[in-house]
Amino acid sequence: MHFWRALCGIVGRELWRFVTQRERFISALVRPLVWLFVFAAGFRAALGLAISPPYETYILYEVYITPGLCGMIQLFNGMQSSLSMVYDREMGSMRMLMVCPLPRWFLLLSKLLAGTGVSVLQVYVFLVIARLYDIQMPWQGYLWVLPTLILSGLMLGALGLLLSSFIKQLENFAGVMNFVIFPMFFMSTALYPLWKLKESSALLNKLAQYNPFSQAVELIRFALYGQFNLHAFIYTLLAFIVFMAFAIMGYNPSKGMMTRKGAV
Amino acid sequence: MMKGIRMNKIVTGLLLSLALAGWVNAETVFVTLEKDNALAVVDPVAGTLIKTVPVGQRPRGIAISPDHKFLYIATSDDNTIKLFDAETLKELVKLPSGDDPETFALNPAGDKLYVSNEDDSLVTVIDIAKKKVIKQIKVGVEPEGIAVSPDNRWLVSASETTNMVHWIDTKTNEVVENTLVDPRPRAVSFTADSQQLWVTSEMAGTVTVMDVKTKQLLNSIRFAVDGVTADKIQPVGVVIDKDRRRAYIALGPANRVAVVNAQNYEVEKVLLVGARVWNLAFSPDQKRLYTTNGVSNDMSIIDLEKLTVTQSLGVGTYPWGVAVKP
Repeated sequence: MHFWRALCGIVGRELWRFVTQRERFISALVRPLVWLFVFAAGFRAALGLAISPPYETYILYEVYITPGLCGMIQLFNGMQSSLSMVYDREMGSMRMLMVCPLPRWFLLLSKLLAGTGVSVLQVYVFLVIARLYDIQMPWQGYLWVLPTLILSGLMLGALGLLLSSFIKQLENFAGVMNFVIFPMFFMSTALYPLWKLKESSALLNKLAQYNPFSQAVELIRFALYGQFNLHAFIYTLLAFIVFMAFAIMGYNPSKGMMTRKGAV
Repeated sequence: MMKGIRMNKIVTGLLLSLALAGWVNAETVFVTLEKDNALAVVDPVAGTLIKTVPVGQRPRGIAISPDHKFLYIATSDDNTIKLFDAETLKELVKLPSGDDPETFALNPAGDKLYVSNEDDSLVTVIDIAKKKVIKQIKVGVEPEGIAVSPDNRWLVSASETTNMVHWIDTKTNEVVENTLVDPRPRAVSFTADSQQLWVTSEMAGTVTVMDVKTKQLLNSIRFAVDGVTADKIQPVGVVIDKDRRRAYIALGPANRVAVVNAQNYEVEKVLLVGARVWNLAFSPDQKRLYTTNGVSNDMSIIDLEKLTVTQSLGVGTYPWGVAVKP
């Protein structure tokens, strides 16, 4: 019962925060939409001719990057949650949360679920706008993508949590942008398929292949076309478990980074 | 007893559904492969290439007889049009076609064949049963597109360099009238009611719609594709559905098929297919359209109800012509 109330409280707070902060809602959508309408428009014919699964025919570039932009929404959301964790810690509301008589892992997981819920909402709004822009997936794809969005959202959120346990001050967030978000996004299959990366650099191709963000994007891409990519699913799930385990360790005052930093 | 009747019903139902499934799958698409000297046989419902059969040197134009029993294939470098059994794909006869046959048309009865002889500026008329050339008609320079009206009144040949369509009376085999069209006319197609003729002009990037009765221009259609320069829009193949609701035009190196409203001549949509889309053919129920994509070595399958490309399927090198057997 306590668990349930705490979960509802945390998720409710996060959703409420999201809905009431209209600027945050709009800005979360503007980023992928600019990529879709401006960036992709310039690269319409750039994909060349190979057809790679799950596609069965030729596609425009904007169709290709749509799943990648869904992933981008979740990546930025994960980082945003990590930012808010650091903020909470600085403001002291984290202390309130951490002293409640529930296991720490549960509190972190609740926080994670809350962030994921928000990112899933954002992705669906984005997909609706993309559909109006004639980027249409099969109807069942919109349903199939829900569980994959939850898993990828959890994985990227866990990564955010892990990072937030490292970040001492709010100002350091710029470093996270440069060292985590951009390399993760650009060295992935979000913008270019693997075969295209392979043409330019074997190293880049390998990096993109092992990038968990790539796997999350591929999981979303296949699901949007009603297909299940087992390899991407296992990879994303494992990445989530590893990130989450380290995040829980990171937030443990007796073992984690907190002791060294003396924060919380 | 009751049980027996029920079993009978189940068995009949099963057999019926099997027969229906067989009927649905029975549709076969044939694609000539210019560089492979072969014919690709495709099951478009399953979306698979069944087999590739050698047919002769540089096969291009292809047509199926009205009773769907025979396939005609222009093997350009063999200087002949070959007749194949559409079921077994065995070569039956070689028809005298004149030099370098590329495109040709069958009359509605399926007993005469009209061939464009590009190098000689001729249209050759062949009596299929007698395997004989009846007549050679002098037309403009580089005749290419050729079609017979469904009412068998007109034979039309388009000459690429003269920029004309030549109206030939099928009774006399004489050119009755010539009409100027936009530069480099490539393909011609009549509407099912024989009232309109659609002509694609490769260099001008246009499609001319003409009234058959008056031989006058009804409309000229232009195309624009986002992200594609105008010089790449080179209309080639054109087909019009039987109700004259929509026409579909292959835009060549623009890699698109244009969907045109055949009532008001407005371009409704352009669909992305493979590279250098050339020729088009409907499925027998006109619910699907098949395209040959010369440079990307594949064919695309378009769902005409949803107006989406469902699949692009590798068939072989330089796919050129396409014909469908129900």
